[in-house]
Amino acid sequence: MLSRLLDPRTAIFMAIMAALTIGVPVLNGAGLLPDYLVPLLGKWLCYAILAVALDLVWGYAGILSLGHGAFFALGGYAMGMHLMREIGPRGVYGDPILPDFMVFLNWKELPWFWLGFDSFPFALLMAMLVPGLLAFVFGWLAFRSRVTGVYLSIITQAMTYALYLSFFRNEMGFGGNNGLTDFKDVLGFDLQSGSTRAGLFVLSAVLLMLTVLVCRAVVTSKAGKVLVAVRDAESRTRFLGYRVEGYKLFVFVLSAVIAGLAGALYTPQVGIINPSEFAPAESIMVVIWVAIGGRGTLIGAALGAVLVAAMESWLTGVAPELWLFALGAMFVLVTLFLPKGVLGLFGAGNLPAFAKRSEVPA
Amino acid sequence: MNALRTTEALLYLDDVHRSFDGFKAINGLSFAMKSGELRAVIGPNGAGKTTMMDIITGKTRPDTGTVLWDGSVDLTREDEADTARLGIGRKFQKPTVFETHSVEDNLLLALKDDRGVLATLFARTSKAQAARLDELLALVRLSDRRKDLAANLSHGQKQWLEIGMLLAQDPKLLLVDEPAAGMTDDETMRTADLLKDIAGAHAVVVVEHDMEFVKALGCRVTVLHQGSVLAEGSLEHVSADPRVVEVYLGR
Ligand SMILES: Nc1ncnc2c1ncn2[C@@H]1O[C@H](COP(=O)(O)OP(=O)(O)OP(=O)(O)O)[C@@H](O)[C@H]1O
Ligand SMILES: [Mg+2]
Repeated sequence: MLSRLLDPRTAIFMAIMAALTIGVPVLNGAGLLPDYLVPLLGKWLCYAILAVALDLVWGYAGILSLGHGAFFALGGYAMGMHLMREIGPRGVYGDPILPDFMVFLNWKELPWFWLGFDSFPFALLMAMLVPGLLAFVFGWLAFRSRVTGVYLSIITQAMTYALYLSFFRNEMGFGGNNGLTDFKDVLGFDLQSGSTRAGLFVLSAVLLMLTVLVCRAVVTSKAGKVLVAVRDAESRTRFLGYRVEGYKLFVFVLSAVIAGLAGALYTPQVGIINPSEFAPAESIMVVIWVAIGGRGTLIGAALGAVLVAAMESWLTGVAPELWLFALGAMFVLVTLFLPKGVLGLFGAGNLPAFAKRSEVPA
Repeated sequence: MNALRTTEALLYLDDVHRSFDGFKAINGLSFAMKSGELRAVIGPNGAGKTTMMDIITGKTRPDTGTVLWDGSVDLTREDEADTARLGIGRKFQKPTVFETHSVEDNLLLALKDDRGVLATLFARTSKAQAARLDELLALVRLSDRRKDLAANLSHGQKQWLEIGMLLAQDPKLLLVDEPAAGMTDDETMRTADLLKDIAGAHAVVVVEHDMEFVKALGCRVTVLHQGSVLAEGSLEHVSADPRVVEVYLGR
């Protein structure tokens, strides 16, 4: 079983991740790694998890979702709601129950959908359940009606855009434009303290490793072969008796749940969640990460996310006006010269090659 | 409806119509097959041969008419996956295999087994399945290519792989659309032999333009023209029919 999950490259990836999981907190504790870097690295790992989740649906099942940022953001909001309620009476307005923005809006009581979020397990459950449910309903409608290709991509963009607009509205009850912020602690641990940040980093690293393992288990199973079959020749797969929509729905929901969890870990590390996470461009960025890292490889997606995010952090610091050009250039160069993405540079040509789509004629 | 025929026939189409934007692709088509029967379907381009297969497999819904499976199942209500599960296997006119899968995996995916998500997530290839895979690989002469990607096969080999995938499903009825296209003469004759071997245990409908091939099949022939049956009988019988001659020569 383990040998099935850990092909050479995945094994190397796991080893590197394990080293980071231990190394980053240790180096930080020894004063060799600046404090600000720990949550930044943690944030990149959350992006990496999101990228792996997208690669599962895009790289293997051929579903180009341009709305995965929405699942991530929903998970982020679920955790953000818990963190808001954890603030309790320590907010600016000192209301024991209501978050500051609700007091500011003159609300008298907590909206029903904020109930329960004082419990951490409940919030964590919602961080998975809400994205999963949205993916289920959306996928059920889209896949059953056989919406594929560019049409599907467009409606996923529409989905995240609709959420983007909704979350901006104050009346929605999620803090509007400002989103949720000023968090104090989680499960009693101070979010500003170095050890909490190190802990969150370790959790992100562990979740990334688990995500890769779970996704490997899926793609190396017979179900994974069916997914690739769907990607290559969807209607052939149907004529073999497979319910294509069931397979698509399964990976889409699984992927959304993983994305939601990544979002839940993201919020406490960046200290804020706001509607900009739903912006259509954010979801497109995830696709760019995967394309640059290497579609259909899982770990390539993680690599791409970290590479691009690191580059973004660095460039927006030294020359912000260059960042978008650099991103565009990187994307074009990779597409032209590295069809298998950056990961393709690292040996083993045994990737599932992307043949031309051979669909069944009408 | 003729009760006797419907109970006896494995596949029964009666007075089926289907038009696309006013064009009558299938126009009063009636057609019946017994279990284990081998049947060739010929007809000029655009006669409706592929559309007939689309209707049988639930890819295209007829506007009107009866399509019955095993005397009882209304195929007009089933989709592609349903008809496959009922036991109808199909080879496409343009060979369609899973290019980024190995030859072996193509057959594995086709092998008769539980098609549900949960079942495939935890599926393991049993000894019996592995043996069946070896058998199929030998049958379609691809044993030495089993680990190769299907994309790297020749056109003729892809056709054979697809026929292998059909057999792996162990269907009651095989619909084979132009299997000999792109094959060498030798491969064509081997394909005819293979299909003859398969028939009996399975019913087989073969669409083909190559008359040498049809002759080699040595079975009953149905001639389609403009969406309905023009003639039916032995190859000698239909080729002597002046209307058939006219359809083929008059174009
Ligand atoms: N989905 C569709 N939409 C529009 N027209 C269609 C569709 N399917 C088939 N047709 C038309 O129906 C007619 C019959 O097509 P069909 O493919 O069944 O012919 P055929 O007998 O298989 O021909 P060939 O020997 O060229 O394969 C053609 O004119 C075709 O253009
Ligand atoms: Mg045809």
